[in-house]
Amino acid sequence: MDQLDWIITVGKCALIAFILLQVVPLMVWVERRGSALMQNRLGPNRLGPLGLFQGIADAVKMLFKEDRIPGHVHALYYKLAPVVCLVPAFMTFAVIPFGSQITVGERVLNFQVADLNVGLLYVFSIASLGVYGIIMAGWSSNNKYALLGSLRSSAQMISYELSLGLSVIGILMIFSSVKLGDIARQQGEILLQLGPISIPKWGIFVQPLGFLIFMTSIFAETNRLPFDLPEGESEIVAGYHLEYGTMQFGLFMMAEYINMTVGAAMITTLYFGGWQLLPGMSAIHAHLGDLLALSDMAREWVRVGLEITSFTLKVVFFLWFFVWVRWTVPRFRYDQVMDLGWKVMLPLSLVNIFVTGVLIYYKVI
Amino acid sequence: MNISPFFFYLFAGSAIAFALLTVLKKNPVASAFSLILVFFSFAGIYALLGAHLVAAMQVLVYAGAIMVLFIFVIMLLNADTPSFDMGRSHRLLRWGSAVLGLALFATFVWVFKNSAALGTKGAFTPVAIEAAGGNTQVLSELMFSEYILPFELTSVLLLAAIVGAVAIAKRGKKRVGHAG
Repeated sequence: MDQLDWIITVGKCALIAFILLQVVPLMVWVERRGSALMQNRLGPNRLGPLGLFQGIADAVKMLFKEDRIPGHVHALYYKLAPVVCLVPAFMTFAVIPFGSQITVGERVLNFQVADLNVGLLYVFSIASLGVYGIIMAGWSSNNKYALLGSLRSSAQMISYELSLGLSVIGILMIFSSVKLGDIARQQGEILLQLGPISIPKWGIFVQPLGFLIFMTSIFAETNRLPFDLPEGESEIVAGYHLEYGTMQFGLFMMAEYINMTVGAAMITTLYFGGWQLLPGMSAIHAHLGDLLALSDMAREWVRVGLEITSFTLKVVFFLWFFVWVRWTVPRFRYDQVMDLGWKVMLPLSLVNIFVTGVLIYYKVI
Repeated sequence: MNISPFFFYLFAGSAIAFALLTVLKKNPVASAFSLILVFFSFAGIYALLGAHLVAAMQVLVYAGAIMVLFIFVIMLLNADTPSFDMGRSHRLLRWGSAVLGLALFATFVWVFKNSAALGTKGAFTPVAIEAAGGNTQVLSELMFSEYILPFELTSVLLLAAIVGAVAIAKRGKKRVGHAG
């Protein structure tokens, strides 16, 4: 690696961290306005156009509040917990490809921070660490409700991590790679040709059951409704972050929204073709190139731009889906969550692996 | 393959430091958190050695899954500090364990200094693995061809453990049912 490679890598890290940080206030705004839309009320609409600057006001409020630490907590772990929650959320994004590659001169520029050999396994191993922040918060708060919240959270995470891991085995079998770059690239192949319409080999078309299990498990892993038992405010006040205030509480909120973004990006990469162009975009690309009489290099840049745009649009759709589900479905009861995880999701994901194996053996897929 | 000495000493040092904390901390949950960091340091060393799959598995299985279960059990039993405080043990026991510990350490040092097997390299050099398609491919191929029998036997062992656990849990439940 020479100096320019280092600069490019650091640049990509900084860009992703910056964008993930910007997602948080935007998503808070979308969540509040979205819930207002669904409940037929207005939501925050005073600050900036459509209340868009509400996030900034919230952040300022949190930063200037008195940072008070209750006397009965384990101070070290209490302060550490929000950080432990937040860091893994950022780390996961390193292996997610948000565009294909472009050759500038002799240098191949990959739109992914690191195409690790272990790809997907890296995502799972880092994602499994997020729960420690919640456990640490609940335990160090020295409060019964907080402890209940973190107990629920660890039980839920253990249960749904199994079906999460097993549901992607089907994808790994079909694309025979754990590298997310490879998986995204292979989804550009054509699965079926129905006259003028060609159906791409996106994960959802070859693994519909796997997709349903994966998405449900992602909801459970990010502690979003209908699986937000760890903070269930009607039963255990606020669960694991009950004792937190100011920006420390803010960090838990940030971790939740960044986890959502990573979850949406994972769904996109595994089941919706990642950076593969949305239907109609390749036509736009060709027309735009002809219309403006672009050089080959410029066409390449337009292609990369469109790829990043389609990746972003897909992620944005799933982020909206998270909000949509949250304000539509009520919270599960605790035993229902466990039943769903162990008695429905786990057997179904095993069935999915078996069926995928049979289909691959008879060369249907 | 060159291992950066700085990172090696960083990870090795943190592994030893957190291992000591695991033993010395009075609070069981704090001990468990230190153990997680020990596993992390190991994963760092594996990654330095180029074994990315082993590193990922170390974090996924040990730091991610097993330790969550540990902490879950500790918190569920609500094991607070006094129940783990067994008081000062007998003087003979303390001295005996110190001597045995030192003897074990000396054995390790002697083995690493004198064993011939440590210096020899197998077929799986980093270059050969890279040519065969990387860690994950090489390991999975071996596991599902040459070592399929041990692999399957291990899963049968785990299945037996699960069946045993369920059987014990069910038996306890029946008794409660009769009593109530």
